[in-house]
Amino acid sequence: MSVSTAVFYLIALLTIVSAGMVAFSRNIIYSAFSLLGTFMGVAGLYIFLGADFVAAVQLLIYVGGILVLILFAVMLTHRITDVAITNRAAGRIPALIVIGGLVYMLIQTVKSTPWVKAKDVTYVATTAKIGDAFLYDYLLPFELASLVLLAAMIGAVVISRKEIKE
Amino acid sequence: MSPNDLSSYLTIGAILFALGLFTVLTRRNAISVLMGVELILNSANINYVAFSHFGSGNSAGQIYAIFVIMLAAAEAAVGLAIVLAIFKLFHTIDVEAAETMKD
Repeated sequence: MSVSTAVFYLIALLTIVSAGMVAFSRNIIYSAFSLLGTFMGVAGLYIFLGADFVAAVQLLIYVGGILVLILFAVMLTHRITDVAITNRAAGRIPALIVIGGLVYMLIQTVKSTPWVKAKDVTYVATTAKIGDAFLYDYLLPFELASLVLLAAMIGAVVISRKEIKE
Repeated sequence: MSPNDLSSYLTIGAILFALGLFTVLTRRNAISVLMGVELILNSANINYVAFSHFGSGNSAGQIYAIFVIMLAAAEAAVGLAIVLAIFKLFHTIDVEAAETMKD
């Protein structure tokens, strides 16, 4: 087993174990912090897939933005004393049965499908290609994305502001 | 299972999707439900990037992945703002407690 295979197994393990912590932990702080492991593991998988720019974006936005937002929300909505019991879960056994069937089906489908691989899988820097694509082929979605972000920002401010009672 | 195999990435994506769906289905805490949604989006992104890498070789999959990350950021901002508003109104973020639109 080469070094890269070992690292791949390690990253896959990190991703799945932390995602399991998110799903099964009884403490919401532990859940929130194990999201960090999942996001870092997924970024590592992106690097294995030769997507360096997407990996950097994953680290910047998920770890630097979304995770911090989630931690803020956890801290703002929980009194620290009752943090251990607030991550309630219900209906775990039926959900486990259904999800187990689903994941078995998905993995069987992945295994039994004869995937066609490209002839030469290359590892080149992707940033320039992605920049070109954003400014030529995907210009309209790119501009729409900025509109969506502006709308989301205004919406978040409007929803979470203090209401002035008369 | 090896790093040069498409099916290993798809398997990781499937497991991540299942764990995210499990989180969304069973949690009663609104923030945990949002965490499950993030897991599901991540699993979809792994599939996009994996198909882009092993498939045609153009970067369309990576661009879609970036758009998904962008929308996830917008979703997290608005979703957590709604969670904070619910907490202010009901003093809990249990999704079963918040069943009216207005107090």
